[in-house]
Amino acid sequence: MPKTIAEAKVVGQRLLNSSTKLIDVYAPEIANQAVPGQFVNVQVCKNTAPLLRRPFGVAGVNKEQGTFTMIYRIIGEGTHILADVCAGDVLSIVGPLGHGFDMSAGKPLLVGGGLGLAPLLFLAEGFGEGKADILMGGRTADELFWTKLYEELCPEMFLTTDDGSAGTKGTVMALLPQLLAEGGYDCVYVCGPVPMMRAVANACLEAGVKCQVSLEKYMACGLGACLSCACEGIGKRLKVCKDGPVFWAEEVGEW
Amino acid sequence: MVKSLYEGRLAVDIAGLKMATPVTTGSGTFGFGLEFTDFLDLEKVGAVCVKGTSLLPSAGNKGQRAVETPSGMLNCIGLENPGSDYFLEHTLPELRKYDVPVIVNIYGHSPEEYGEVAKKLNVDGVDAVEINISCPNVKEGGIVFGTCPDAAAEVVAQVKANSEKMVITKLSPNVTDIVSMAKAVEEAGTDAISMINTLLGTKIDIERQRPVLGNITGGLSGPAVRPVAVRLVYQVAQAVKVPIIGMGGIMCAEDAIEFMLAGASAVAVGTANFVHPDIAETIAHGMLAYLDRHKVQNITDIVGLALPEGKASMPLFR
Repeated sequence: MPKTIAEAKVVGQRLLNSSTKLIDVYAPEIANQAVPGQFVNVQVCKNTAPLLRRPFGVAGVNKEQGTFTMIYRIIGEGTHILADVCAGDVLSIVGPLGHGFDMSAGKPLLVGGGLGLAPLLFLAEGFGEGKADILMGGRTADELFWTKLYEELCPEMFLTTDDGSAGTKGTVMALLPQLLAEGGYDCVYVCGPVPMMRAVANACLEAGVKCQVSLEKYMACGLGACLSCACEGIGKRLKVCKDGPVFWAEEVGEW
Repeated sequence: MVKSLYEGRLAVDIAGLKMATPVTTGSGTFGFGLEFTDFLDLEKVGAVCVKGTSLLPSAGNKGQRAVETPSGMLNCIGLENPGSDYFLEHTLPELRKYDVPVIVNIYGHSPEEYGEVAKKLNVDGVDAVEINISCPNVKEGGIVFGTCPDAAAEVVAQVKANSEKMVITKLSPNVTDIVSMAKAVEEAGTDAISMINTLLGTKIDIERQRPVLGNITGGLSGPAVRPVAVRLVYQVAQAVKVPIIGMGGIMCAEDAIEFMLAGASAVAVGTANFVHPDIAETIAHGMLAYLDRHKVQNITDIVGLALPEGKASMPLFR
C-alpha cells in the first residue's frame, strides 16, 4: 500500500467541544487507501517553526468524495495553527501510515477515552453500522461529546465518567469486567490514555479475550526512519509508527 | 559505470566516490533508505548514508527520544541498530537492488571495534564507510572520540587499516577547535570529512520541571543549526585538502548551495527527510535552477566560491 505526500485541500472544520475540532480534507489518494487504525502526518504550516509534522489518527473516510476526517484537541503550537486553517487552504499530508486494526472480530468491543476515540470511530465505521459496541470513558459529561459521533455506528454504548456526570461513575474499568464476562465479545480494541490501555489490556488477558491497543508516542518522521517512537516489545524494540500504531496487547512489553 | 542524471551537471566525485548529484542523506535521518521508496526514486539521490551500524545490535536509549525545538529538534535515539550482521544479511541485499552508492555509518566502543565493523563492510554493495566519532568512548571512560584529536586519529587509522572502502569521518561540532580535529583525521588518512553532527542541547518541561528527553541531553538538528554548520564548514574548508560533505539544517536547494559555496563538495539532508520525505531527490531540481540563474555549467564550479581564496583545486575567478 503506497504512502503519498498529498496536497490536501481543507473541506472544512468545526468545533466538537471547547477544545476539540473535527477537520475534513480532500485527499483521495489517502482516503482510498487508509484502513482503520492508520494515521497521517500533517504539516500545519510551511515555515520551519514548528518544524515537524503532526501525527493524527484517521477518524473516518468518505471514498466517494475523496475526503477523510481527523479529530484533534487544540493543545500546543501545532494544533493552534491547525485550528485556524480554513476551507480551501491546502495542507501537506503524508499517509496513510502504520498498520491498522485486525478486522476479523465477530463481536467487537471498542474501548476508548479522549482522542483515542478518533481512530476507534473509523474502526466502528469499518465494522459497519451496529456491529461494534463501544465503552467510552471521560472525566466529565462534556468530554463524552463523542456519543453524537458514535450513536449511529454503535447503538450499544456504555459510558463512564470520573465524576459521575454521565453514565457510570468511575473509569472504564468500572464496567469492563462485567462486559467481558457477559457480553460475548471476542476482541477488544482500546485506544486512550496509557493507564486506560494498560488496565484494559490486563483485564482482557485475564478474561482470555483478544485485545488490540493503539499506541501513541512522540514521533518525527512517521516512516520508521528516525526511531523516535520506540516502544519496548517482547525481546525487541518496536517502532510505533511502522510496526504499529496498533499492536496485540501481548506484544507490548512496556507495561 | 556511473549513471548520468541532469546531463551530468550535478555529478560530483568525492575522493573516488562518484555520485550523480551532490545530495546524500544524513545518517540516522533516512533509515536504510528503503523507508522512503514510496516518496522518491532512490537512484536519483547522490548516495544513501544508512543508520549508524555497530558490530552487535543496540537497543538505543529508553524514555522520550525526540522533541521539537525552535526550527529544529533534539534527539537521543542512542544509535539503535540491528547490528552489522543483520545489515549485511537482510538490509544490504534490498538496498543493492537500487543503483545508488551506499555509505554505511559505523561506530564502535573502541578503535579496534571500529576497525572490526569496517572490515565486515568490505563487501560488494558498500561504497564507503562514514566513521561516527560522536558516540561515548566506553574504553576510555566517557571521553568522546569526537572531541580529542588523538583519539579521533586513532579511530580513523584503525578503520583505514581495515577498510577497502572510501572512508569518511564525521566531525562533531561540540569541540573548541574543529580545525585541529579536521587536521588530525586528515593526517590519519581519512578520504573525506562530513560535518556537522548534532549540537548538544537540553529541553526542560517547565510544568513537570524535568528534562523532556529520557537521556536529558540530545543532539540538536534542523535549520536552527545551519549557520553554525556553515561557519564550521567554511573554517575547515580552508584548513584541509580532503573533500567535505556539508550538512546541518538543509531544508532546500538554496541551503545546500550555501554549504557548497562555503567549501563543501557535497551535502547531506538530514532532519528535512522527516518533514519532506522526497527532499533528497527534489533538491537537485533547485540546484539546477540555481546553476542556470548564475550561468554556471556544473555544480562543482561553485564549490568554495565564498571562501577568502579558492582552494588550489578550485577556480579563483568566477
